Amino acid sequence: MKAVITVIGCDRIGIIASITGILAKANVNILDISQTIMQNIFSMIMLVDIAKMNCEFAELSDRLTEAGKDLGVDVRIQKEEIFTSMHRI
Amino acid sequence: MFNLNEILETVDMISRENLDIRTITMGISLRDCVTGSSKTTMTRIYDKITRLAKDLVKTGEDIERDFGIPIINKRISVTPIALIAESCEEENYAVFAKVLDDAARAVGVNFIGGFSALVHKGFTKGDKLLIDSIPEALSTTERVCSSVNVATTRAGINMDAVKQMGHVIKECAERTKDSGGSACSKLVVFANVPEDNPFMAGAFHGIGEPECVINVGVSGPGVMAHALKSLKGADLGTVAETIKKTAFKITRMGQLVAREASQRLNVPFGIVDLSLAPTPAVGDSVAHILEAMGLERCGAHGTTAALALLNDAVKKGGVMASSYVGGLSGAFIPVSEDAGMTDAAICGALNIEKLEAMTCVCSVGLDMIAIPGDTPASTISAIIADEAAIGVINNKTTAVRIIPVPGMKEGDVVEYGGLFGRAPVMRVNPFSAEEFISRGGRIPAPLQSLKN
Repeated sequence: MKAVITVIGCDRIGIIASITGILAKANVNILDISQTIMQNIFSMIMLVDIAKMNCEFAELSDRLTEAGKDLGVDVRIQKEEIFTSMHRI
Repeated sequence: MFNLNEILETVDMISRENLDIRTITMGISLRDCVTGSSKTTMTRIYDKITRLAKDLVKTGEDIERDFGIPIINKRISVTPIALIAESCEEENYAVFAKVLDDAARAVGVNFIGGFSALVHKGFTKGDKLLIDSIPEALSTTERVCSSVNVATTRAGINMDAVKQMGHVIKECAERTKDSGGSACSKLVVFANVPEDNPFMAGAFHGIGEPECVINVGVSGPGVMAHALKSLKGADLGTVAETIKKTAFKITRMGQLVAREASQRLNVPFGIVDLSLAPTPAVGDSVAHILEAMGLERCGAHGTTAALALLNDAVKKGGVMASSYVGGLSGAFIPVSEDAGMTDAAICGALNIEKLEAMTCVCSVGLDMIAIPGDTPASTISAIIADEAAIGVINNKTTAVRIIPVPGMKEGDVVEYGGLFGRAPVMRVNPFSAEEFISRGGRIPAPLQSLKN
């Protein structure tokens, strides 16, 4: 089971460290990661495997949102199907 | 793996362009609740609704969380109460509305539809009692929605029902005069009503429907307007193409949510309704889509053509995205619930006559329109008759949800708040239709050939 994490906001030190720390703690494996900076807006997208996650999806989502607030960026985690259904026939 | 742009496009649609799932509506058949006694029938109704829908709200919230897509409303539609209450000795059906209201509150849904009657050819005893009870039912409950189907293409128009609905609407307004006639916002008069519509206030669970079913209504006017803004100067073929592609994406989201909800609740999936449903929120307006196509204001000449293009392209894109499409499936043009429509009406660009023309090419009808409180019942009936005629002749659904706001006159603005927004009181043609409406009877079903 896979999910996509998107982080969007102002670039600063420690964003990746903070997010990946939460994922490691929840036993979530990062499959792919890409980032870009467009017009000073930092955006990072991760594809993660949540099959062996050791907490509820809702809990992980809350932790990431919290971390995002501390970092001043917008973090969201969404199950992969929303992107497959929208962009793949 | 997806590319970056695809993911950001989806995230942007949700976070900046108000993309959401407007409603997950659970349709519940109440046919097996009929006992012949109103007391036991009501107990059965309450028990069945609260049993089948007990996890509806929570499941909706779980899906919302998993996919990061807002699901604004969770609702219930039931078998038309006129059919269910008919065998009971009770003569005031408002008590059934109370039961529906209690059940809706117990499971946490914000609206329950189905305080309805289908009278396109004539009234049964139950239909009569239900229609007589509508003003009390809607003014004494909070979440119950009511609808009456007065015409179909195959049966023609029941003008006795049309005449009566004018009075019912007036009485609904009068009974809720302290809140601007708000009961009228929960009452829809239909022609060719669909049996699987998930949108309120017109939802009910048709008699051809299964025991229990999940229907989903999508939304997304903001996404559509945003997509069109990048097309300045492009020809209308390109505009239609862009609308189709965007509608496809929006509907796929609806299909995903419908499938998930149906699996998790173990209830069959019915349909996805392809409607573009606006809200009063900034950037969630159908009028703004039309304006993005190049009209100075919604209501200007050209609006009907632009709306026809929009409505058709939404259907073409949406149909391929979902395995089952149904309900109303078209662009909604509710005046109070769409910030662009409200503004257009206030500045005089949009009037009832133009709205009527617009309903010829899109669902659903004259929706959430405030008119002066002293408008005669016969004029309201005549407005309903005109709208029903458009539906019957053109083989489409049309409806009227109109509010004669007590004590208000043309040019005033009434605030309803929340999803119902604010409505400018619009001008109604002052010439009388009294004699025409008082004739009653039926307008015969129209010819289906020799179409011109």
